[in-house]
Amino acid sequence: MKVILYLIRKEFLQIFRDRFLGKAIFAVPVVQMLLLVPAVTFEIRHVNLCVIDRDMTPASRELTGQLEGSSFFRITRKTFSEEEARTMMHRNRCDLILQIPEGFGRNIARGIPVPVQVGVNAINASNAQLSWGYLNGVIQNYNLNRLKKGAGMPAGVQLQQVSLSNRYWYNEMLNYRHYMMPGVLGILVLAIGFILAGLNLVKEKESGTIEQINVTPVKKYQFILGKMTPFLLIGLVDLAIGLTIGIFTFGVPFQGSILLLFLSSAVFLVGVLGLALFMSTFARTQQQFMFTGFFFIIVFVLMSGIFTPLESMPLWAQKIDLVNPMAYIMRINRMIMLKGSGFHDLRNDLLALVLIATAFTTLAVWRYRKTA
Amino acid sequence: MTSREPVITVQNLVKRFGSFVANDNLNFEVYAGEIFGFLGANGAGKTTALRILSGLSAPTSGKVMVAGVDAGRNPERIKRNIGYMCQRFSLYEDLTVTENITLYGGIYGMKRNEIRGKTAALLERLQFGAYGNTLISALPLGLRQKLAFAVAVLHQPKIVFLDEPTGGVDPITRRQFWEMIYETAAGGITVFVTTHYMDEAEYCDRVSIMSEGKIVALDTPAALKKQYGVSSVEEVFVKIARPGQQLIP
Repeated sequence: MKVILYLIRKEFLQIFRDRFLGKAIFAVPVVQMLLLVPAVTFEIRHVNLCVIDRDMTPASRELTGQLEGSSFFRITRKTFSEEEARTMMHRNRCDLILQIPEGFGRNIARGIPVPVQVGVNAINASNAQLSWGYLNGVIQNYNLNRLKKGAGMPAGVQLQQVSLSNRYWYNEMLNYRHYMMPGVLGILVLAIGFILAGLNLVKEKESGTIEQINVTPVKKYQFILGKMTPFLLIGLVDLAIGLTIGIFTFGVPFQGSILLLFLSSAVFLVGVLGLALFMSTFARTQQQFMFTGFFFIIVFVLMSGIFTPLESMPLWAQKIDLVNPMAYIMRINRMIMLKGSGFHDLRNDLLALVLIATAFTTLAVWRYRKTA
Repeated sequence: MTSREPVITVQNLVKRFGSFVANDNLNFEVYAGEIFGFLGANGAGKTTALRILSGLSAPTSGKVMVAGVDAGRNPERIKRNIGYMCQRFSLYEDLTVTENITLYGGIYGMKRNEIRGKTAALLERLQFGAYGNTLISALPLGLRQKLAFAVAVLHQPKIVFLDEPTGGVDPITRRQFWEMIYETAAGGITVFVTTHYMDEAEYCDRVSIMSEGKIVALDTPAALKKQYGVSSVEEVFVKIARPGQQLIP
């Protein structure tokens, strides 16, 4: 036990003596939170719209006027040339092309159905679907208003129809920052732990200092725990920094137990550190580790459910996620922070993290060779 | 000094890397308390053998006993009894002299007071007083090598392995280094040293010369010189370590 303390002390001395690392450890969570939480959002505002109005009647102008009036759309161009509209779309100047045919006003007044054509830039599929949905909403509104007018009702009167009333639970304002912050905290802890610990061990190989350690009677588990503990502590400190920024800067609510959040993150970190150290036993250079490590981080993050719901992933991908520690911590963080879930609600995810942490740490101890 | 009581016994040691035979059937003994010189050209297999003796590498076959422990079966148990100084400097350059000593003292299970006492004594003995809080990276090579040696024997091992400890070091520091070796041996620690400097070989109690993975000569410097009819170990070495090459007349 004492031996581990000497090893931990040595790591801390080295980390904080490194002028760059010593500062970066505290700067990274600040920058990452301030940058990623507000920047990563699925909210769409200001979809650029190009209108080809071949009708030019009060009816068509009413429709474009309603579009203009919504905060969602921004009419960047009105033209009569389909060619021009296409060029606009091609140059990314607009995302939607709305074509109102000639005779729109006349036909609609007679009660003849009029097709209105919409072209959507679908390079970003989810954006395209959302824009299309919003546009549909505006058109539906337009139709409703026409109906009311036809029935001789004033615009303010409510039409008798089935209407849905909804309430968004856990994130009532649908604030994306609230949704992203718990996930960004997970990424923060993952990246810091994984990269620092992995590079640290490989650096000892590169500089040859590990040779001197290997010739001592230090036990394998002592060495691995000596490497893990400092980065576990640093990861938790960074989590605290990130959490503070998230709560005070972005007003993200914290419904659950802070202790549970830190406990889960600690288990998560042990798994991450175990994997990093396991992988670093294979790498001979820091470059080799960074290359493979980066790949793992990207896969972990993209498959974690931070950007896309896990449930919409193919089944085989969901199976892979069973060993992705990031998927668990993402869910745990969100549930604790937004929903106030307790230990009992999270016990399966926590158990999975404990298993992952035990497995990766065991692998790291097993793979670390003092005798080649 | 030459007590004839073996602390290292090597029988039929073979180490292969794929098809390359780095150690080809080595047989030798090292006696307790002696200074054993392990000579050989670059690539002769010295470091490979040294790494096996210190439990860093497993032998392919053969029997290696170090301080009563089987190196092939139980390399970890050897490690408490030996000190090892790498050919490549391997203390932590971003730690100070004291911090390095404390770390290794701690790893070898020494008590806090014991470490403190040892550190003070060591700094004194090396005339390092002023360098206690100096980062290793700021130390000149000669001092680094002396410190590495001191750390290797900090825990009073039975045997210390030194792999080219004086490579690139100036003559004065080399001399001081050898004084340290003598002191260490006088204190009862067996010294196993590899070197390229043939004058250093003369200081050893016995030397072995390796060539292409085999030990081709092993005896006291005096006996070797007599056997080959030459006046220095250097000439012995040139005669036998590179059999394909002739001495320029």
